[in-house]
Amino acid sequence: MATVAAQDERVRASLRGRAGRRRKERVVGGVLAGASIVSIVISVAIVLALVFRTANFLAHVEWSSMWSGIWRPRQLQFDLLALFLGSLVVTGIAMIVATPLGLGAAMYLSEYAKPRARRILKPVLETLAGIPSIVIGFFAFTLINPAIVKGIFGATSPFTMMAAGIGVGILTIPLIASVAEDAMYAVPGSLREAAYGIGARRRTVSLRVVFPAAISGIVAALILGISRALGETMVVAIAAGATGNATRTINPLVGNQTITAAIASLAIGSDQVKTTGQGLNAFEVLYLLGLILFVFTLLLNVVSERFVRRLRRFH
Amino acid sequence: MASLAPAASRTSVELALQGNRNDVRDRVFSAALLLTLLISLFVLIVLLWTVVAEAWPVLTDRGFGFVTANVSSFESRAGVRQGLIGSVILIMFVAVIAVPLGIAAAIYLQEYARDTRFNRALISNIRNLAGVPSIVYGILGVAVFAGTLRSITGPDSAGLSYISGGLTLAVLVMPFMIIITMEALRTVPRGIREAAYGVGATRWEVVRSHVLPYAAPGVFTGAILALARAFGETAPLLLVGAVTGYLSPGGSSGLLETLQGKYTALPTIIFNWARQPGEEWRGLTAAAIVVLLVVILIVNLVAILLRNRYERKW
Repeated sequence: MATVAAQDERVRASLRGRAGRRRKERVVGGVLAGASIVSIVISVAIVLALVFRTANFLAHVEWSSMWSGIWRPRQLQFDLLALFLGSLVVTGIAMIVATPLGLGAAMYLSEYAKPRARRILKPVLETLAGIPSIVIGFFAFTLINPAIVKGIFGATSPFTMMAAGIGVGILTIPLIASVAEDAMYAVPGSLREAAYGIGARRRTVSLRVVFPAAISGIVAALILGISRALGETMVVAIAAGATGNATRTINPLVGNQTITAAIASLAIGSDQVKTTGQGLNAFEVLYLLGLILFVFTLLLNVVSERFVRRLRRFH
Repeated sequence: MASLAPAASRTSVELALQGNRNDVRDRVFSAALLLTLLISLFVLIVLLWTVVAEAWPVLTDRGFGFVTANVSSFESRAGVRQGLIGSVILIMFVAVIAVPLGIAAAIYLQEYARDTRFNRALISNIRNLAGVPSIVYGILGVAVFAGTLRSITGPDSAGLSYISGGLTLAVLVMPFMIIITMEALRTVPRGIREAAYGVGATRWEVVRSHVLPYAAPGVFTGAILALARAFGETAPLLLVGAVTGYLSPGGSSGLLETLQGKYTALPTIIFNWARQPGEEWRGLTAAAIVVLLVVILIVNLVAILLRNRYERKW
């Protein structure tokens, strides 16, 4: 009996491995876990930085100045509605451009393209996704505005919200296409085959079978697109003219500011913006804008993740 | 007669199968879908063509001198040397901080973490971080790296230094790096892990010697794409104080002093020039964009070549 117990213990010990090997295992596991905790630290730092600085700003600002009818931080006029309207216009135009182009590309790649066409066409979207936004901003300013906004819509300003919106739309196409294509591609082949089996055409299958089955993912793609368009900075800062001021208008044929562009122009603004005196730096309003932007995009991203999860449950 | 009848019935059956209507609408629909992709291709080509056409006079006039000249307020002398150096230094921060941390976090979440509520929240938190607009990271940078940590990041430059800029970009890129690495790890077949566990390997031995080598091409491409993304990122750098105007070429100072000092980056220079009025500045802006795009395209090409090389092993 005793010898069996001893043998048992020896087998267990040898299965457990040497102490050094076990220690190494624990250390490595701890280091890796620590690395993933860094992401929580980042999130907490973002939230704390935004909340504390915003609270400081709100404690000093005159609250009526946030509804003054015009955004002119130099004169401590912080009309938030002017910026919201600006963001709304740019995001709206961007989605008008990116929704058909992104979803069409997604459906073609998922339902129509042969493997060879896919290999050639997909890198087009990937390359487009890799172009930095500042380059698109330059493109919107030097070509889209003169050729399309001035040429077709008759704008006169060198800076227009429409050029910015179209530029942001171009940036958003690859994101929408890639998320929507994943959703359509994930629709089980059996659904398609059942439809073909009763004589459906390819168009019918794409529009009436695949599209509804993938609708959660498609909605998620569009919400992500809105979130991306809302957060885009450089295109608007270049193409819509980062003058520092903004007015309450939804006319896309003039220059104006979005939430993001206002943050950028506060950041690069002259010292005048940074030291206005009276216990309040105009510069500090950018924390409030950052917090608003953060909350908006976070909500959109959370909602879109819900939709993606619903898609996964469905299939 | 006997040979004709089946043929005749075959065509009639085929006609019936095709349906009454012709397939024109179907073909139009597929052409319309293809058109959406071709529009994207067209936009890409026009974009590149516009940039190169605008940059052509500067590039042919100045040649490589444009790349080696310092930033200047005279159009004829301005170059991108400091911006290029600045961007490379910033990228070093991303490569040294964000890439290893991102890979480590991804290994933990994909290979070690159990499916608990906490770990699910952790992953969802990372996805949300990846969706936070880049300018918000700039605000984080100016508040924390240039504010709270000023004594480390640059006491003499108000914290608006290489260290702050590099840390901001590293933090920005890390969630992206984690997600890409997790995807690469997910493609590793279960059998490889199980075979290694079967001969008594510990978890780390399985990951290090079997999972990581298999996932290496994907991780590698992910890392390089992350670096390319950081290279073109502009908005957060505006907040963390990349100098948009004149910057002295810099004398010989120690490494730490340089890193704690003022800096500029290629995308910031582009932004600054794009705001200058006048045809000459537009040409200079386009030329600087060409430099930026060439670097990004070369980096992507390197990613593809390295991936192909690694893939041969498996």
